[in-house]
Amino acid sequence: MFVRGLKRKCFDGEEDIEGTLAGIKAIPSYNLQRQSLLDMSLVKLQLCHMLVEPNLCRSVLIANTVRQIQEEMTQDGTWQMINTQSTGQASLDRLVSTDILCRSSREQAEGKHVPGYGTFSKDFESDQGQGSSETMSTTSSVQAPRNLQSNMWEMENPQENKGNFQKSLDQIFETLENKSPNSVEDLFSEVDNSYYDLDTMLTGMMSNTKMGHCDGLETFSSPANTASNSNCKSDLNELDHIVEILVES
Amino acid sequence: ADIISTVEFNYSGDLLATGDKGGRVVIFQREQESKSRPFCRGEYNVYSTFQSHEPEFDYLKSLEIEEKINKIRWLPQQNAAHFLLSTNDKTIKLWKISERDKRAEGYNLKDEDGRLRDPVRIKELRVPTLKPMDLMVEASPRRIFANAHTYHINSISVNSDYATYLSADDLRINLWHLEITNRSFNIVDIKPANMEELTEVITAAEFHPQQCNVFVYSSSKGTIRLCDMRSSALCDRHSKFFEEPEDPSSRSFFSEIISSISDVKFSHNGRYMMTRDYLSVKVWDLNMENRPVETYQVHEYLRSKLCSLYENDCIFDKFECCWNGLDSTIMTGSYNNFFRMFDRNTRRDTTLEASRESSKSRAILKPRKVCTGGKRKKDEISVDSLDFNKKILHTAWHPTENFIAVAATNNLYLFQDKVN
Repeated sequence: MFVRGLKRKCFDGEEDIEGTLAGIKAIPSYNLQRQSLLDMSLVKLQLCHMLVEPNLCRSVLIANTVRQIQEEMTQDGTWQMINTQSTGQASLDRLVSTDILCRSSREQAEGKHVPGYGTFSKDFESDQGQGSSETMSTTSSVQAPRNLQSNMWEMENPQENKGNFQKSLDQIFETLENKSPNSVEDLFSEVDNSYYDLDTMLTGMMSNTKMGHCDGLETFSSPANTASNSNCKSDLNELDHIVEILVES
Repeated sequence: ADIISTVEFNYSGDLLATGDKGGRVVIFQREQESKSRPFCRGEYNVYSTFQSHEPEFDYLKSLEIEEKINKIRWLPQQNAAHFLLSTNDKTIKLWKISERDKRAEGYNLKDEDGRLRDPVRIKELRVPTLKPMDLMVEASPRRIFANAHTYHINSISVNSDYATYLSADDLRINLWHLEITNRSFNIVDIKPANMEELTEVITAAEFHPQQCNVFVYSSSKGTIRLCDMRSSALCDRHSKFFEEPEDPSSRSFFSEIISSISDVKFSHNGRYMMTRDYLSVKVWDLNMENRPVETYQVHEYLRSKLCSLYENDCIFDKFECCWNGLDSTIMTGSYNNFFRMFDRNTRRDTTLEASRESSKSRAILKPRKVCTGGKRKKDEISVDSLDFNKKILHTAWHPTENFIAVAATNNLYLFQDKVN
């Protein structure tokens, strides 16, 4: 369809299609810039969080920039946010783990032959022949609870980032109060580990790789390898188990 | 030599103090002009060096407290000794710097080397006499004002009553009496009940030079609040609020960051104040709150580079600014070891460089120019070749003469007006 748009071309020549394509191309590049600014800001917030004595002025300014970007992205619909999300920032990660767990137990209870995580252990042998298509549908069903609004993988990152940074912004200021980096990393580990695991799993499965967001997200989640929170230890174990299974397939 | 973090002349201009990242204070004294060289203005030589602050550890929060001197402020001289306040992130100290150029000789009870004399041996009493000795300058801490700031102290300011001073951190301003160290009064508190709602911090504060009840503080959102301590004990409500409306055409994601005020200074006559934000210096009339009366662009060519400057954190650099004695010229620093001067009357501005190559002793500084676009002329520097690691954050102007001190990382440069 939009073969022309995919090719890199000088927009010197014809107007009509080229013009509109140029327009389309201009917008994503602004979005990309904005996205990379958002990622950079989140990394900075993380980094200054890891410092012994974070500079409060700098943190506040970066946090305000992040909020600004978020507001703008919400306004022009890039985010496709449902407003309830703003209140349920902590719920996002819980949504992932509990939904998977719920599905697994639910499917098991109902005994459905649905490509859900829970049934994987049972269906593993039988599904092997079907291969990638099975896993693809599995991953897409995993994606759905994570990202209620958008279908695109690219859109998911702002979503994650929003959930992450909303919580992180709040936590950052609380913990700047308390000034104990360790507890912050605990809090982050609660959020990030689950994402990180799903992340590796999903990128492994899906053909389209993430853009620069990968780096941003990985660095974002990298400090969260310290003491794991007792609350999500069971969740993490479940996810580890699931990851192992998926990766093997 | 360590990175210089603050520079300040005393009230007479005879002494120049610098503080550095290692917690040291170095004081320079101006040599008296000798009769043999009447046209040669006094040079500044090292007068005293002492360790003001040491690195500390906050055991409760498991955090290191840097020994870097954030600010030095002199007290007006009242006797032979000199007093200054120096502060790091958490503790303010009052230092007494005194000279000793005589020592007593001929004690009755002890020898010249200090050993006690055997009382049996003392046959007669003598009166000790004072003999000259090599000048010794001693610095001793007279007061330590501690444990009053949860956040990092960014400003101290001595009141015109010469009895009190204020100290400001990111969220609070405290009022101290110079004689009392175990108590301070909180006069401004902008900490929100819920830290998650924090969006603005205090960046600088200063007392009015004549009115001892008035002070101002600036914020990270580009606003200045003037407070009157007579109106209430807690000055959370301002008497005047200075803010320039934002230009919607130049709005970007960096607008707020570059509007954050890094320094605020009253003019000597007390009628104006000057604020420094990332790209400009603004002069405000204290009677007009809605906009500054003068705006000077320091390095407007950086506006298109804000994203890179955000990435490398330069956008958070806190530049200071200062007035000359007559309030006719203002000065501030920039990158590449450049510093800028703006003549308020002629509206002319100059860019000068503080570097070894361009500053041979007694050589006249050549004005520099940054090429903003198009063809680069000879002697101009293009924006892309600016060295952003060479930043001049701290400058000071002699209170009465045209003598300036410019701190370029770990070097201190002193410049004076051309002697005709």
